[in-house]
Amino acid sequence: MRSEPQTGASFPLKLAAGVGIAFLHLPILLILVYAFTTEEKSFQWPPPGLTLKWFAVAWNRPDVWDALWLSVKVASISTIIALVLGTLAAAAVSQTRFFGREAISLLVILPIALPGIITGIALRSAFSLADIPYSMWTIILGHGTFCVVVVYNNAVARFRRTSGSLIEASMDLGADGFQTFRHIILPNIATALLAGGMLAFALSFDEVIVTTFTGGQQSTLPIWMLQELIRPRQRPVTNVVAVIVVLVTFLPILAAFYLTRDTDEVAGSGK
Amino acid sequence: MTDFTATPAIRPRRDGVASRLSDLFWRRPQLLLFLMLTPPLLWLGIIYVGSLLALLLQSFFAIDDFSGLVTYEFTLDTYRQLLHPANFDIILRTLTMAIAVTLASAVIAFPIAYYAARYAKGRWKAFFYLGVMMPLWSSYLVKIYAWKLILAKEGIVTWVFAKLHLSFLLDGLLALPVIGGNSLSISYIGTFIVFVYIWLPYMILPTQAALERVPVTLVEASGDLGATPDQTFRTVLLPLALPGLVAGSIFTFSLTLGDYIIPQIIGSSRLFIGQAVYAQQGTAGNVPLAAAFSVVPIVIMGIYLTIAKRMGAFDAL
Repeated sequence: MRSEPQTGASFPLKLAAGVGIAFLHLPILLILVYAFTTEEKSFQWPPPGLTLKWFAVAWNRPDVWDALWLSVKVASISTIIALVLGTLAAAAVSQTRFFGREAISLLVILPIALPGIITGIALRSAFSLADIPYSMWTIILGHGTFCVVVVYNNAVARFRRTSGSLIEASMDLGADGFQTFRHIILPNIATALLAGGMLAFALSFDEVIVTTFTGGQQSTLPIWMLQELIRPRQRPVTNVVAVIVVLVTFLPILAAFYLTRDTDEVAGSGK
Repeated sequence: MTDFTATPAIRPRRDGVASRLSDLFWRRPQLLLFLMLTPPLLWLGIIYVGSLLALLLQSFFAIDDFSGLVTYEFTLDTYRQLLHPANFDIILRTLTMAIAVTLASAVIAFPIAYYAARYAKGRWKAFFYLGVMMPLWSSYLVKIYAWKLILAKEGIVTWVFAKLHLSFLLDGLLALPVIGGNSLSISYIGTFIVFVYIWLPYMILPTQAALERVPVTLVEASGDLGATPDQTFRTVLLPLALPGLVAGSIFTFSLTLGDYIIPQIIGSSRLFIGQAVYAQQGTAGNVPLAAAFSVVPIVIMGIYLTIAKRMGAFDAL
């Protein structure tokens, strides 16, 4: 009989896991280095010299600011829509039993289960059939659709853990439905909603596939980057923007992780 | 002692619109349910499912060869066009890539998932979790861009091979027919590496979740009964982790089938399904063919999901 469970991992396993994690991170770290390179025309490695000049150049580019501003607007509005719709759907699915409940969870998950290009082309052909001109709102229509699911996933997980007897107790003590929502339900699901909202923001801020179909001539930041990737104009500026995008998406993800880290369902494990 | 008489334990009934509404919802829960479900159902049902159906409908129309306009008559011609060698090659190429990417992701993901599930504790557990989540959530385009820098002819891969005096290996790899090319960033090998890189976290997370449910005692019992580590892996660990791997493969497979940006930026000029859809609806203006092309991944995923469901992959999601 063995008294102590075996603890150490074998060396090949450690090596494979370590190399795998490094494989996931080195490319992103490399982007950081390239933002400081003095080389303008090619992707030469190692960089011939280091400079801060490109941060100033990027700062003075109105097209970058316009794209960033549009992305922030789209992501904010999509997040609000997703918070409202996702919470409603989650509450309905987790608190009650009704016919077609499974179909609703499937419907919510479908926009990210199917490849983005299908959502994109479906929306585009619908817009052209209905003669809807492209605007910020057509982008938001697309983003709202797939942002609902991240809020929904977070909220459903939290609702499942929130005991129904809490709500009954509140009602028994004379609180009406709105008071119960305000004082019992909302505090219980608040961090899950906050985490879901941040993930939705990050998802929308980074989305490119659906946006290429629903954006028309407008550029969100990812669309701006895509154009630079296909037809490069000023490579160092792209490097700088890439670093900024990495930082802007990292912060909400870290925040979402810390908000839900002590619960069973840690936010972000499904994208 | 607290004075319990000061405030009544049971609150008095409030009067007002809110209170009456609340009573109404209490008496008629169906009404509340209806009100809660209507907004999300309207949004998803009309905007999303409506668009999807409109798209599917278009695949049953065909384009007139002379005028270039869509004829609104029911026909299966567009689907027949998918079987033309040029189009069928695109489908086969995408499927092959999706299978290769899925297998490679599973092989790379397993050790990471196993280590994180079984050996990482406390701070290391958080480290591994964030270590997988950060790449998953960091910008898709930035990741592709990073690989363009890495795989470029003047980039870091060429430099590393040169420093190790192994340039002949890289040249030999690139000289291979079909999968090789002028540089890694315009070859199938490059496309493959980037696909694996981008979808890897989707494979790690469900695999790790499945492995966390395998009791350590099972693995130990297998060893105690005389199995070699290799036998334990094949007969105990792998079958128990399989639902997780299959769940992960749903993502890697589906995402590879639908992606059109990665092969456009890193890869040879030969098309994948996603690119074909994009080109048909954009420059070629053949929306019915684009629609028919986009039905292909839906059908393949439908078949795949049915098989996955049989293998119990949905319990591991």
